[in-house]
Amino acid sequence: MNSGRKLGMVLLGAMLGTAAGVSVARAAEPPLKVGLLEDVSGDLAFMGMPKLHGSQLAVEEINKSGGILGRQIELIHLDPQGDNARYQEFGRRLLNRDKVDVLIGGITSASREALRPIVDRTSTPYFYTNQYEGGVCDASMISMGAVPEQQFSTLIPWMVEKFGKKVYVIAADYNFGQISAEWNRKIMKDLGGEVVGEEFIPLGVSQFAQTIQNIQKAKPDWLLTINVGAAQDSFFEQAAAANLNLPMGSSIKVMLGFEHKRFKPPALNNMHATANWFEEIDTPEATEFKKRWHAKFPDELYINDMGYNAYNALYMYKALVEKAKSIKLDDMRKVIATGDACIDAPEGKVCIDPKSQHTSHRMRLISVGPKHEVKVEKDYGTIQPYWLGEIGCDLTKKNDKDQYTPSHLPKKS
Amino acid sequence: MSAEVFSVFYQFADVFAFLILSAAGLAIVFGMMGVINMAHGEFIMCGAYVTVGLVNLGVPLAIAQILAALTAGLIGVAVEFLIVRRFYKRPLDSLLATWGLSLIVTQSMLLIVGSAVRGIGTPEGSFAIGGYTFSTYRLVLFGCAVAVLGGLYIVFMKTRFGVIARATMQNAAMAKALGARTGRIYSISFGIGTGLAGLCGALYAPTMTLIPTMGATFVVESFVTVVIGGANVLLGTAPAAVFLAIIRMALNASYGQIIGQIGMLVAVILIIRVLPEGLSSVLVRRGR
Repeated sequence: MNSGRKLGMVLLGAMLGTAAGVSVARAAEPPLKVGLLEDVSGDLAFMGMPKLHGSQLAVEEINKSGGILGRQIELIHLDPQGDNARYQEFGRRLLNRDKVDVLIGGITSASREALRPIVDRTSTPYFYTNQYEGGVCDASMISMGAVPEQQFSTLIPWMVEKFGKKVYVIAADYNFGQISAEWNRKIMKDLGGEVVGEEFIPLGVSQFAQTIQNIQKAKPDWLLTINVGAAQDSFFEQAAAANLNLPMGSSIKVMLGFEHKRFKPPALNNMHATANWFEEIDTPEATEFKKRWHAKFPDELYINDMGYNAYNALYMYKALVEKAKSIKLDDMRKVIATGDACIDAPEGKVCIDPKSQHTSHRMRLISVGPKHEVKVEKDYGTIQPYWLGEIGCDLTKKNDKDQYTPSHLPKKS
Repeated sequence: MSAEVFSVFYQFADVFAFLILSAAGLAIVFGMMGVINMAHGEFIMCGAYVTVGLVNLGVPLAIAQILAALTAGLIGVAVEFLIVRRFYKRPLDSLLATWGLSLIVTQSMLLIVGSAVRGIGTPEGSFAIGGYTFSTYRLVLFGCAVAVLGGLYIVFMKTRFGVIARATMQNAAMAKALGARTGRIYSISFGIGTGLAGLCGALYAPTMTLIPTMGATFVVESFVTVVIGGANVLLGTAPAAVFLAIIRMALNASYGQIIGQIGMLVAVILIIRVLPEGLSSVLVRRGR
């Protein structure tokens, strides 16, 4: 071995030593592990993909600006493929084996309810990032999406006033569809309206000729469409082909499933929805956010509300951890209890309600026109997630670990 | 009143068309050839995607649909040559091989084409009878289903190819000894089967959401129809579809889609229990 090579070896050794030294220094601050469960294959892949993207964008931004409490974030994403058993299996894996510091995700309410008991056995915080049928009173869960008092209590009175008192409901046959339909019955009753028909559709059904005829027989003034998944969305195309031509309202269409981008106009004409986010929002904050998103994911067909909420979830986690100066759920909940758990989101300021751990949202009612253009019909301003608190859920005092509905209320204690 | 009568016919025609079109290809591949083709839904998906792709390129819908069926047929011939051919004597292994193919195809489509494709819209046209409005295209689907049944009957019962094909399926060794080129018969039959699957996808493409897993919505109905149709595919599939369509339509109309689906599957269980050979066993026995 000649001396030149020896020198090289020494230098290399020195460099390796330095590198090792650096990594030891980093190892003192290991990255925060974020477990993410989102469907990016299977029947719901088109909705789940923006959720993964939103999470990736937020992680990248937070890491670039110094992480959370100076620690970087490591995102561990698993794809449960729309299978609830796999949600449980992967949930256990992330919680018990990977020991993630926070768990985020789940699309359908069925997947969330499959995960929740597993999360409840740990002390790991869980963020659910979808709008949903509401009512979960569980200290481990923080809900980032909109709930019925933000979506149905705004939409249904507006639809009744504008189109009439008779509604026909098409709902997916699982907990989301069933409980949402219950909300509709309650609100319609309070308004003196009439539910002239209710049809629950098994997931995966794609043929609707009979349903369309049942609707025509019942002669409703408008339709509440809370059908879920790509197969059931075929309803819109088939209803348009049969010239059904009724006004429609929904808590999940347009901003969530972007049917107005996936179907040829005018299939979604006259659809209405109340949303905290839809890509057509054009405030400066929203525009800036959309620009960052499309720069990272130029092929994104639509930034849906789930993807947007998933993005916010990481910033909310960051805010909670930094205010609590701790990654422990109990310390984070002390911050929530102060009512001061807020972030400046692209929709505006959103805060977590201490009693229910659900998020306040600025709600807008949007409508879809014949060319699938989206118009804001009404701006409701910020609406609190008040219902759980009103019926007696108070997570600052008691952890119910239950899901309430208008027909399943907490026992008076 | 006539509106009600027509509406019953329309609903029957709609379910019947769905069952026949989704099952026709499988009736040949599974019913006649005995290949448990788990990738049947993916050939349907292929037909749908090719149709939408061609329409977006400016090809008229009807031509795009025919080309899509041909494409699925040609892909079927290739799949037969590369994979299925090796499994004729191992039906259970063919199940695994085609299932693997189905997984690979759906996942590749997801990666290459993306999770959702914009639809092309159903051809214009609706008509009103009484208080109801109907889509004309659904009647076109019914017409296509009847034409497919007629076409299959003519090809397999009235042509020389059909006679040789049926002989090959019944006893390949004997047919070969008599000079039939059985390898070619198999691959053409498989191609016809997948081509019909592609046609199903092509015909339903304008009415549905296109996602890589869309084939799955057809697969249960197609297997169920073929299985209760029984051993004699040409005589079994049509009565099976009529029977299932009546049950499903009646239950859908009176009790909604959930009961409709449950009722249809219960009927299938009962039929398989009572007539393990399927409906065609009764019809063929009567015929003799």
